[in-house]
Amino acid sequence: MAVGFSSVDDELFREIILDHYRNPRHKGGLDPADVTLEANNPLCGDEILLSLRLRQGAVEGIAFSGRGCSISQASASMMCDSVAGKPTDEASATVQRFRDMMLAEGGVDGLGDLEALQGVKRYPVRVKCALLPWNALLQGLADGSAGENRP
Amino acid sequence: MTAITDPATLDVDRVRADFPVLARRIGERPLVYLDSAATSQKPLPVLDAVERYYWYSNANVHRGVHTLGTEATELFENARRRIAAFIDAPEDGVVFVRNATEGINLVAASYARELLSPGDRIVLTEMEHHSNLVPWQLAAEHAGLELAYIGVRDDGTLDLERAAELLRPPTRLLSIAHQSNVLGTINPVRQLVEMAHEHGAVVCVDAAQSVPHMPVSVRSLDCDFLAFSGHKMCAPMGIGVLWARPELLERMPPFLGGGSMILRVDLDHSTWNSVPHKFEAGTPDVASAAGLAVACDYLDAVGRDRIHAHELSLTRHLLDVLDEVGGLSVYGPGSVPERGGAVSFNVADVHPHDVGTILDREGVAVRAGHHCCQPLMRRLDVDATVRASMYLYNTHAEIDALGAALHEVKRVFRV
Repeated sequence: MAVGFSSVDDELFREIILDHYRNPRHKGGLDPADVTLEANNPLCGDEILLSLRLRQGAVEGIAFSGRGCSISQASASMMCDSVAGKPTDEASATVQRFRDMMLAEGGVDGLGDLEALQGVKRYPVRVKCALLPWNALLQGLADGSAGENRP
Repeated sequence: MTAITDPATLDVDRVRADFPVLARRIGERPLVYLDSAATSQKPLPVLDAVERYYWYSNANVHRGVHTLGTEATELFENARRRIAAFIDAPEDGVVFVRNATEGINLVAASYARELLSPGDRIVLTEMEHHSNLVPWQLAAEHAGLELAYIGVRDDGTLDLERAAELLRPPTRLLSIAHQSNVLGTINPVRQLVEMAHEHGAVVCVDAAQSVPHMPVSVRSLDCDFLAFSGHKMCAPMGIGVLWARPELLERMPPFLGGGSMILRVDLDHSTWNSVPHKFEAGTPDVASAAGLAVACDYLDAVGRDRIHAHELSLTRHLLDVLDEVGGLSVYGPGSVPERGGAVSFNVADVHPHDVGTILDREGVAVRAGHHCCQPLMRRLDVDATVRASMYLYNTHAEIDALGAALHEVKRVFRV
């Protein structure tokens, strides 16, 4: 049994996921925000509105609002936690590592608490829930860096 | 074919033996299929009919003079007669379509858009499936029609006082679900038809959730259009029926153009085949039509009164089980027979998709989501619901299995 996996933990709905679902971090808006992105899944109705403030090559502020299942909402909360205050290249690397873990054979090294979402891989129809906020962040980092680079 | 031994009750074990898929296991658990409002499972006689058609009689209909062509045409036209009898309606009003959605689109496009005038009003309800909303929105936009909605009361029934206000000029058409796919509410269609007809409006009934589950008589409802899907009533996917008053079909222009629906084609214009063929362009799904006719036979052999009574008994049990599980919000009428066998609920703050995933781990198949009823979800002030829906092959033990699985949801989510 992996470290940190308590015996009462569900393989999918891990304790930390339920905690982020019920007590989301970085929930709300951002003022000012450089980039706001909407990601939604019309099939299941999950919605994420992600706000980013990028300053001097770093994620100075990040917040999300939205509605949806525990996986999409906890994933958004944990994602914000993991990249807040980080240099944008580090944030981009985290996005890449997370996507590798969910979509390919990537390991959990350097992902910290995000490792908890690995259980979603056994539920293929739910992978899109976990990735929803990350797709928004990927786009946001690209849009934001383009904006920052402008003279 | 299932032989009925006890005239009063449905022999569910005998019925289940006719549905091969019900023997499946999901992981280590037996499948508990509670999603028949989305699509029903198919019994062996229907599967046999489809296979038999392709093995022995496959040919195009209404065309060749050869034996197979004649057989296929007979199968197809006999299916039309069988379905007309099944819904107690004149057979020249039976138009084969793909599903209820296509049937409603046909009425919206060929009746509402073409025969109504700007300023005319179409009345719908807040509980309609998107398939009974969007076609009318398209027609309204195209033809300058007004849309108005009968509200849903807190108990999941329609606001009939509002209906009485709306069902007068300039209302020209009412389109309404016979039974709600979310709430299970059985709407008083006969009463609404009387109200509409009194003021010269026609009525279209979305019977997708009623025809499979209870005896439905077009003559007794006195409606003008009625649409339903084969796949929700033990027949294959891809075949559905629009029944329409033949005299209305005569007045309506074609929906789709092509082969079969014409009398004569010239380069500059064409004339139309007789009703209902005028509305059936192209090669139809003959195998599925044959399957639908056999599904009608199957449901009648079991007995539609018996099926309805069985579902009401299951629904009563389900409402008790949900009450016993506790901590749930249950939507729709609280008692039978005001409702049929589709029951929506939520488990505390747990999202329906999470509920659905845990139930699936326990082998229980339910629908989770907005059920193609986004306006109704807003009326209920929820994003989505879990829906358990039942049919002739479900058992009281399966409802108990759902109850146990819901306890598992509560355990995992600590509610």
